[in-house]
Amino acid sequence: MSRLVVGPFNRVEGDLEVTLETEAGRVQAAYVNSPLFRGFEHLLQGRDPLDALTLVARICGICSVAHSAAASAALADAMGLLPAANGRVAANLVLAAENLADHLTHFYLFFMPDFAREHYADRPWYPQVAERFRALTGSGQREMLAARAELLHLVGQLAGKWPHTLALQPGGTTRALDATGPLRLAGILRRFRRFLEQRLFGDRLERVAELTDEAALSHWTAGSRGPVADFPLFLAVAAERGLAELGRGGGLFLSFGAYPQGAERLFPAGVWRAGERSPLDLSLISEDLSHAWLAGPAEPLAPTLGVTVPLEEKAGAYSWCKAPRLAGQPAETGALARQVVAGHPLALGLAAAGGDVYARVVARLLELALLVPQMERWVDQLEAGAPYCQQGRVPAEASGVGLVEAARGSLGHWLTVKGGRIARYQIIAPTTWNFSPRDASGTPGPLEQALVGTPIEPGVVVPLAVQHVVRSFDPCMVCTVH
Amino acid sequence: MSGEAPLNLLWLQSGGCGGCTLSLLGAECPDLLQALEESNIALLWHPSLAEATGQELIPLLEACIAGEQRLDILCIEGAMLRGPNGSGRFHLLAGTGQPMTRWVARLAAVARHTVAVGTCAAYGGISRGEDNLLDACGLQYEGGVAGGLLGERYRSAAGGVVVNIAGCPTHPDWVVEGLAAIAHGTPLALDDLGRPRFYADHLVHHGCPRNEYYEFKASAQALSELGCLMENLGCKGTQAHADCNLRYWNGSGSCLRGGYPCINCTAPEFSLPGHPFQQTPKVAGIPIGLPTDMPKAWFVALASLSKSATPKRVRQNAHADHIVLPPTLGRQKR
Repeated sequence: MSRLVVGPFNRVEGDLEVTLETEAGRVQAAYVNSPLFRGFEHLLQGRDPLDALTLVARICGICSVAHSAAASAALADAMGLLPAANGRVAANLVLAAENLADHLTHFYLFFMPDFAREHYADRPWYPQVAERFRALTGSGQREMLAARAELLHLVGQLAGKWPHTLALQPGGTTRALDATGPLRLAGILRRFRRFLEQRLFGDRLERVAELTDEAALSHWTAGSRGPVADFPLFLAVAAERGLAELGRGGGLFLSFGAYPQGAERLFPAGVWRAGERSPLDLSLISEDLSHAWLAGPAEPLAPTLGVTVPLEEKAGAYSWCKAPRLAGQPAETGALARQVVAGHPLALGLAAAGGDVYARVVARLLELALLVPQMERWVDQLEAGAPYCQQGRVPAEASGVGLVEAARGSLGHWLTVKGGRIARYQIIAPTTWNFSPRDASGTPGPLEQALVGTPIEPGVVVPLAVQHVVRSFDPCMVCTVH
Repeated sequence: MSGEAPLNLLWLQSGGCGGCTLSLLGAECPDLLQALEESNIALLWHPSLAEATGQELIPLLEACIAGEQRLDILCIEGAMLRGPNGSGRFHLLAGTGQPMTRWVARLAAVARHTVAVGTCAAYGGISRGEDNLLDACGLQYEGGVAGGLLGERYRSAAGGVVVNIAGCPTHPDWVVEGLAAIAHGTPLALDDLGRPRFYADHLVHHGCPRNEYYEFKASAQALSELGCLMENLGCKGTQAHADCNLRYWNGSGSCLRGGYPCINCTAPEFSLPGHPFQQTPKVAGIPIGLPTDMPKAWFVALASLSKSATPKRVRQNAHADHIVLPPTLGRQKR
């Protein structure tokens, strides 16, 4: 058995260290360390409840709007406030724009450049992958940056700026569009759609969204004509590299549900395991501190009772990250989980074996095809002259929960207000779930499980398969410990 | 400048959200990669962009420190976390077991130019909190006081202080233009807090779309209304040093254009305003925190005068979320 420390990881958000125990060219055990402590749950205590809107956005530079949305939902819950219809649609559009920008950033900047390394130079797909995705010079990277920047104009229009907007409020959003505003948004989406259809998919979004299973996907790939677009190119890489065999997950998928529409959500909340979908039960969520450099009771705590007190000298601890568990089990969250819980047939097929590198990446790109047409419909729902924001007051004594889906999965904010001030604010971010350390029973977190069995070539400085598995989760480490 | 060796830039992140990088990736006309090329800047390493990872990075850092690799520009994003108890353990750089603060200090000692990107790296930023649990500071400032990780007397190898491109997040152009100035040898004048004057000599108030409401003190009572956000809703645009309303964000945006108050995010300790962000503190009904260089008595006198002169149009629109009363047409000469 030998030991390998991998880090600092880049092309993830924040810093990450993974320790691997390897034998016979395979990972036997993995220990995931989130090495950066941020302290937001501490600094929120004692603040005016509405200050959370300004502060929590700054937990994360890549999923800032998701935190704004979670905080505004938690506050709305505490206030008993229903957002204005336009405001709800605007908030959905802004969060969707962030989530899709993140999916693109992940694919073009974080994940694919590993396949453009010299290491793969003898592979049949290499010349085209290197031309499109090589770090800093890939033509696809530049095209994506331009498309992403223009997509974020939608956030500029509806929410002032990205990241760190204060436009998402408990009662809706702060910027009412003028009569021609929706036309401008529609134009932005039209140009974004063109990028996706021409460069990423090489086909209409609706055709991609309709793919029902692996066979349909293969058939679709075989039938695509002209220069190979980036998604079919990825499919060729995935098939040749066996990415569907890599990074196998535990098969328990969690989604808090995304994009409220009336009492429903576009992608519903729930839990999925072994072909069975069950409703989300928040009372089953707890956080275990046994392997985190944090003080607290030995028993796992519900987030409504959670504490975050650093304790840097602690036997057995190896991360600043808590270990969230659902009924005591580690759960995987992200685009794959979201689409599995939502029942998309392609995602259900992909997840049948428990989730893997291939399935996670396909699910993200599938969401691009699903959401842009939905955003076009939302823009049509904006009603000129109708309010965007309802007003209300935070009671002196109150509590609230805000549940949203960030690009990389389920994000929850749990708020308690006492004497008009924040008494407790607990956050469980998507990568807190995915990159959690072991719990008191010794059960590893989802990435720790997914890394087991990953091949390690002898003598390599950077084990690339490990890179693929880690990045397949699109980790956000600044959120993880918050 | 073709043919000249490019300037090497190394970018590291510590106690922050990465939002300044994510904002920078939205640079337009030109995009970030093109802008760096045009300034003849080569990225030695950047957390979001570089191919090299893990144990490929460490030798590069060591080579810079040993003087074997020229380090022209060191960009640091995120606060320096010195805690707990001075150990720096709130952020040990992965794969090294060493506090990030130590890596930054060693690299800053050899860098020709050192740049703090964002309010966290400049002053400590949002991580400082009420009791500064993390013992967070900036590169050359402890909040608004000179000092910080590198100390007041620190000078880069080229002889400069740390350039504080403050903002939470930074506008992409502030970073692109700041780096271009360094690369082209254009003198980068800094204000008293080390911020480049090309953007810090402006106030957020300049170019604010709510200026007419400000002039007449036609103030919004609630967010989403069009009126001025200074009197009631905590806006610090008249005191905040930045050109956010002259140089738009994400195409056509800004905080004020998005309908919410300026929180003065380019300033040290902006996250500790001493009052709720979305509420203006007042004494005897008069907002405290008026424009910094205007005599208070004059402000009050002008405010009461302009309030009584407010056109009906401005008064009504101030309390709506869209224009309900348009400007009247002037009488046309035939």
